[in-house]
Amino acid sequence: MSGTGYQGKKNIPHLTTERLLIKGGRVVNDDQSLYADIYVEDGLIKQVGENLIVPGGVKVIEANGCMVIPGGIDVNTCLLKPYLGSPPVDDFYQGTKAALAGGTTMIIDHVTPQPGDSLLEAFEKWQEAADKKSCCDYSLHVDIPHWHEGVKEELEQLVQDKGINSFQVYMAYKGFFQMSDSQLYESFSFLKELGAVVLVHAENGDLIAQEQSKILGMGITGPEGHPLSRPEELEAEAVFRAITLGNQVNCPVYITKVMSKSAAETVANARKKGSVVFGEPITASLATDGSHYWSKNWAKAAAFVTSPPLSPDQTTPDHLNSLLACGDLQVVGSGHCAYSTSQKAIGKDNFTLIPEGTNGVEERMGFVWDKSVAMGKMDENQFVAVTSTNAAKIFNLYPRKGRIAVGSDADIVIWDPAKIKTITAKTQQSALDYNIFEGMECRGGPVYVVSQGRIVFEEGKLQVQQGTGRFISRKPFPDIAYQRIQFRNKLMTKQGVSRGMYDGPVYDVPATPKYITPSPSAKTSPTTHQPPPIRNLHQSNFSLSGSQTDDNIPRRSGHRIVAPPGGRSNITNLG
Amino acid sequence: MILFWNTGVAPPAGVNDTRHPAGHEGGARQRQSSPVCATTNIRKEQNKDICINRERIMSYQGKKNIPKITSERLLIKGGRIVNDDQSFYADIYMEDGVIKQIGDNLIVPGGVKTVEANGKMVIPGGIDIHTHLQMPFRGTTTVDDFSQGTKAALAGGTTMIVDHVIPEPGASLVEAFERWREWADEKTCCDYSLHVDITHWSDSTKLEVESLIKEKGVNSFQVYMAYKDLYQMSNSELYEIFTFLGEHGGIAQVHAENGEIIAEEQTRMLEMGITGPEGHVLSRPEELEAEAVFRAVTIASQTNCPLYVTRVMSKSAADIISQARKKGNVVFGEPITASLGTDGTHYWSKNWAKAASFVTSPPLSPDPTTPDYLNTLLSSGDLSVTGSAHCTFTVAQKAIGKDDFTQIPEGVNGVEERMSVIWDKAVVTGKMDENMFVAVTSTNAAKILNLYPRKGRIAVGSDSDLVIWDTDAIRTITAKTHHSAAEYNVLEGMELRGAPLLVICQGKIVLEDGNLHATSGTGRFIPCTPFPDFAYKRVKARKQMATLKAVPRGMYDGPVSEFTAMSRGGTPSASTRSSPTKAPLRNLHQSGFTLSGPEEAPIRPAGRRIVVPPGGRSNITSLS
Repeated sequence: MSGTGYQGKKNIPHLTTERLLIKGGRVVNDDQSLYADIYVEDGLIKQVGENLIVPGGVKVIEANGCMVIPGGIDVNTCLLKPYLGSPPVDDFYQGTKAALAGGTTMIIDHVTPQPGDSLLEAFEKWQEAADKKSCCDYSLHVDIPHWHEGVKEELEQLVQDKGINSFQVYMAYKGFFQMSDSQLYESFSFLKELGAVVLVHAENGDLIAQEQSKILGMGITGPEGHPLSRPEELEAEAVFRAITLGNQVNCPVYITKVMSKSAAETVANARKKGSVVFGEPITASLATDGSHYWSKNWAKAAAFVTSPPLSPDQTTPDHLNSLLACGDLQVVGSGHCAYSTSQKAIGKDNFTLIPEGTNGVEERMGFVWDKSVAMGKMDENQFVAVTSTNAAKIFNLYPRKGRIAVGSDADIVIWDPAKIKTITAKTQQSALDYNIFEGMECRGGPVYVVSQGRIVFEEGKLQVQQGTGRFISRKPFPDIAYQRIQFRNKLMTKQGVSRGMYDGPVYDVPATPKYITPSPSAKTSPTTHQPPPIRNLHQSNFSLSGSQTDDNIPRRSGHRIVAPPGGRSNITNLG
Repeated sequence: MILFWNTGVAPPAGVNDTRHPAGHEGGARQRQSSPVCATTNIRKEQNKDICINRERIMSYQGKKNIPKITSERLLIKGGRIVNDDQSFYADIYMEDGVIKQIGDNLIVPGGVKTVEANGKMVIPGGIDIHTHLQMPFRGTTTVDDFSQGTKAALAGGTTMIVDHVIPEPGASLVEAFERWREWADEKTCCDYSLHVDITHWSDSTKLEVESLIKEKGVNSFQVYMAYKDLYQMSNSELYEIFTFLGEHGGIAQVHAENGEIIAEEQTRMLEMGITGPEGHVLSRPEELEAEAVFRAVTIASQTNCPLYVTRVMSKSAADIISQARKKGNVVFGEPITASLGTDGTHYWSKNWAKAASFVTSPPLSPDPTTPDYLNTLLSSGDLSVTGSAHCTFTVAQKAIGKDDFTQIPEGVNGVEERMSVIWDKAVVTGKMDENMFVAVTSTNAAKILNLYPRKGRIAVGSDSDLVIWDTDAIRTITAKTHHSAAEYNVLEGMELRGAPLLVICQGKIVLEDGNLHATSGTGRFIPCTPFPDFAYKRVKARKQMATLKAVPRGMYDGPVSEFTAMSRGGTPSASTRSSPTKAPLRNLHQSGFTLSGPEEAPIRPAGRRIVVPPGGRSNITSLS
């Protein structure tokens, strides 16, 4: 098994030789469930089966027939993403604590450099912060805030030396993070060559900017302006465009934060047509809706502000859970990005200034259970798939993560389907002063959480230690995304038609045609830093090369050439 | 007064004329009778129409454009009148280019020329809503000018065309419009209207568009999502244009293709050494068309502006339109003759000239099931109108791009074949009935242009643009016999059932016995008025619905986090990354925020987190 390779990771000194036996549990993987005991040593699963022969003095957990599942992987957190210089209230310590309390044993955080920053430096900053504080294993996505030639080298380094295989691009945040279609095309092409997964924040930023100024102009400044200026159609449009780009470039596309029915439908339709695309709903979009933006309580309304926004359509969570259950959406993140009420209040007079982000890292697994499994939409195996296994596969962590098998990391959760919990800010692990799920009842929750072979959550109590989380590096070309891509690459070679030279008459284009390219002053190109326009369809740099058969026939320029009756004699005709 | 043919001494009304369109069918002239009661009802309806239309007629007559050339009187006897809503047997009497009476046993003056329809279909003349005649291109023009092109139109049963005015980017729209008017007035043989393409967008363009709508009789404007760095509009510009047109009652037409990706793909193809016409379709896959349609629908829906997608060429683009219509969007799709009649496999022809003759954008789809599919959607009403996008170049002109497909001038023929293609592919195959045929070839276009019922309907008061349609005629399309000046015909060799037997344009017979008697310069410019009901009734109702309201809340009086004014997250300097529009409307991370009001929090270290008391709520404004 590939377990030995994992041990060699540099990041953290191995701090435990704890041995653990989980007895009498029902082991639930994404493909099957079976009753077996699990023996854990040195943070790895060493044996799975019945009547295991284990050394003496082993700590034993009696599972009593409870579900034993691979620890959850939260693929979307922002625990260090600054807003106007100040970080969110949940840092890597608070955030991973909350994760573990909810049954999530690994997070993948977003590195968010500012435009102009070095990606590598930002990555190192994030890694340093996480190494110091994280309580569970983690990995990192790197966001590309700005596409230019210099980024390419850094991306290459990140993929080849730093163990990053996923990068986020933005179709929103005009004038800031937003990339044009051409830039997206280039970045997709480049990332595909590296074998990376392209994460897309899909919203049409141009239209949002227009809508925002319209809404502010109407005097709407409160949080309800946020969803009003970001209708779900703009999300669906961007998803559609991202998928089109992905198909053109033959590159896997991963849509972060699927928030609306129409965006989810677009992903589902594309998958039916064969596109390699993955969709990630988040805790908030699966459990609540956007009607709260109209709350009379400003602070409550502002707490829900995230982008894309929660849909005001109250049937959305149910629909997204259905698509998740049937496999049209694949993974669940939390989009956890916790800004306190006073931070949110920066936008108290202007909704566009409210920092974006909702909580959900702790509630993620519970709500998927409550809304999907307990509702009969999803079975326990699919539950494991969407909360853990699929994420591990897409980001190339499988089977080290996302599976209970010999050689896999000992990130294990004993899950109690019957546990009922009322969500409230008073009891949450997050440092936030609110919780967007306040008052909601949630069935299903962890009883025991084992991270790196150690029990970190037991009978409602957390026993975590800052800095024990390791950075898990990931290799490019994950099979689940790239196997198909590689086959398609072979199919996609295009060939020209071999024809003889066209030797008929050619219209003589005047040297200075009436239709010239407009001067840049008259019409600036929509793209940002302009490479020279690639091709101007009406440009007249055409020149005749070689002698033409009709060179000897004098012809006035601009004179129409009338073909003889039948119209064919002057046309190359190949056999 | 010029007449095309001499009527001689016309027989008195009521007596069958010996001259009838079919010519020599002899005894089979028995008129198929229609129930009298039905006719009476119709006449009542028509009387209403007369009142409504009288005013219109007066105003039509007042139009300056053309001296009234004819007081010709014409009676069509024994035809089956087919409108988009019903078919019935009735005679039609017209005078001065306007239909005066419809019904049985009409009382008409003596000396009227009579056409015997012998139970054949009489339909409103076709309206080709999309042509490019006499279009300037790099110092030359398309080979079919307004005379040649409208002759071809008439020969195919189309009695009105709507041409596209394409101003050079940066040039005045109104001037371009006037130039097109001049060209067309001089040469057209049938009535025409004009779309104006918006090739650049600025405040002065806005004024021009407004004056075109209010004073010049233009109600439809095309914008381009393709042709990067030439005609292409950014999403923000599209938003502004759609908003403007939505407010002023215009129809937003889009050329829907993603120009940015096309530019990338073109470079890639040329780098791969693909320079022939097949590179055209390879660099413009239909997904890029569908993507742009989807985006255009989204923008139109946001701005509550009716959308019209010109040249629907692929199944996936058509699907997006039909889905959008199902969701309630006001969107119209226009397949063209070429996309309904043929496919893009010809781009791979070994004959360069033939392959090049198919080059148009969006390209014909290489999927051979496309025409059938588009005809089905046209029949079901998911696609609304048909144009031809007739834009013909000689082989020599096309050969400008002989070494680089991106230089091939784009355009295909189709103005003459349009109606027959639809009859053959949709009606004969049983997809569509004759009423729907009239709707998609004529009526819907008239409604969108706000010319209905003057055009697009056989009714008292309507213009006498009529076609007697022969459902049994079979003709083989070939460049040898077509009326276009192009050497190629993209439908070459195709056998089409259904053709016009007799075409009446402005009350005059212009096609009879296969002979065309058209006169250049007789066509009139027909001004279109804004806010066509067909599109705007719904839009207006939605406008009233769509008023957004703010939530009335008390002021938030809790603590506000301090933030650094010059944060790392601030606006990036313009030099590193300039914003796509001239003036960015809003930067989400801009820190122009200032605290106003006296409730400013006490002195607090910057960036410090404010911890609320347990329970977490006490400092939040709570209303009611």
